[in-house]
Amino acid sequence: MLTELPTTRGASLQFRDPARARALLAAIERLTADRAGGAPLSIMHVCGSHEQAIARFGLRAVLPPTLQVIMGPGCPVCVTDAPEVDEAVALAEAGLRVASYGDMLRVPGSGRSLDDARADGARVEVVYGVAEALTAAQAAPDEPLVFFASGFETTAVATAAVLLRKPPPNFLVLSAHKYIPPVMEIVAEMPHTRVEGFLAAGHAAAITGYGVFEPFVARHRIPVVVGGFEPLDLLAGFAKLAELARDGEARVVNAFPRLVSRDGNRRAQQQLWRVFEPVGGQWRGIARVPNGNLRLRPEFAGHDARRRFAALLAAAPPARLAPRSDECRCGDILSGSASPRDCALFGAPCTPAQPVGACMVSSEGTCRIWHEYGGIPRLEIHEAPS
Amino acid sequence: MCLGVPGQIVGVDGDVAQVDFWGVRRAVRLDVVDEPVAPGDWVLNHVGFAIHRIPPEEVAATLALYDEILRAAEDDAMRADLCDEIEASSRKPDAD
Ligand code: SF4
Repeated sequence: MLTELPTTRGASLQFRDPARARALLAAIERLTADRAGGAPLSIMHVCGSHEQAIARFGLRAVLPPTLQVIMGPGCPVCVTDAPEVDEAVALAEAGLRVASYGDMLRVPGSGRSLDDARADGARVEVVYGVAEALTAAQAAPDEPLVFFASGFETTAVATAAVLLRKPPPNFLVLSAHKYIPPVMEIVAEMPHTRVEGFLAAGHAAAITGYGVFEPFVARHRIPVVVGGFEPLDLLAGFAKLAELARDGEARVVNAFPRLVSRDGNRRAQQQLWRVFEPVGGQWRGIARVPNGNLRLRPEFAGHDARRRFAALLAAAPPARLAPRSDECRCGDILSGSASPRDCALFGAPCTPAQPVGACMVSSEGTCRIWHEYGGIPRLEIHEAPS
Repeated sequence: MCLGVPGQIVGVDGDVAQVDFWGVRRAVRLDVVDEPVAPGDWVLNHVGFAIHRIPPEEVAATLALYDEILRAAEDDAMRADLCDEIEASSRKPDAD
């Protein structure tokens, strides 16, 4: 944790431009007014950072009851499937060095987490990113280091960049990287999930470009708006979605032109797809998602932990089921058909210190975020001090 | 997390840039950044990689959110994630 950065405790939350915030809220109210009495307009976002910002700035408290904003499968740690964690645990328990993001250590597999393995003496290390994992591999070239890689396309780009620069042979990747556009298709068709518009994550779209959502919109006739993370950006995204939904207009709108273009970052995309190929795979608690998982292409087999240790993984003992995991609603939450309030375990016994499910483990998990920011925090629109 | 963190480039050496994050200096990789960058430019970074050159006219609006988050208490979850993003870039002043 950095300590050099300035802090002031208890600063009151403010909109950068309160007049604009009020105008956007009025627009949202007007555009969803004809739904009064009926079901609210239901918008889904697919990004942990969006949920953090929505909860932290208390945006749900100022939205009209005619608009409902739900979080879908936007937490990469949460959607990492238990058998993927089991693979990492098996490699660690076989004595290999395994490095991953802190949240990935605590996310339960079908039996144990990497943290459990570490407590029993396995060599599991926390890194902030792939570059640090590479450095760790370079520092001890005589033994393999397995980087258990999670994250959506934005993060997979970094893994790809490292693999393209000829890392040493002892640097291995166990990919749990996932690709967001295909899971939107799955969630949009789930019988218990009501999505009338998607708010897509601005920074992921900075890489992919907003054009990546056009096939989805054509197939599903659901509007997609690419939005930023600042409270005003979020409100602007909601207002645009409300307008598209009211007009029955299914198209992609870029409400974050500050950082997002139609084509995105071509250079990053090229590196991403040179290293990874999309394959079908299970997303925890949701479904099998065709093309939802990013696997290393055969050219990178030498760095693919799954191929290199295939025999070891095949021989790993089957995992047991974690206690109480059957009561966890994480899967329903990730697919947008439940909220943390629908879970009897939320807050007790499930807490960030003693998480039952992955949604309470990750800082991008809905349960963790709601626990952190008190569910639906209240926020008045303050005038900026003059 | 996908929030990323903006920083200002203070030096470029091949595929590595020295970037200033609110007074904290770190080395960031330029392998995947979308445009050529030079000292003075602002870039959005994620897990130690610059992913996007922020157009100069958009810097102020982009920074507003981050300034707000960094003013929060140290245990604020978003602030902690933001600090992790900065930590993800290399401490080594001239990382290769
Ligand atoms: S509160 Fe805990 S047990 Fe309930 S859904 Fe969330 S992670 Fe699962």
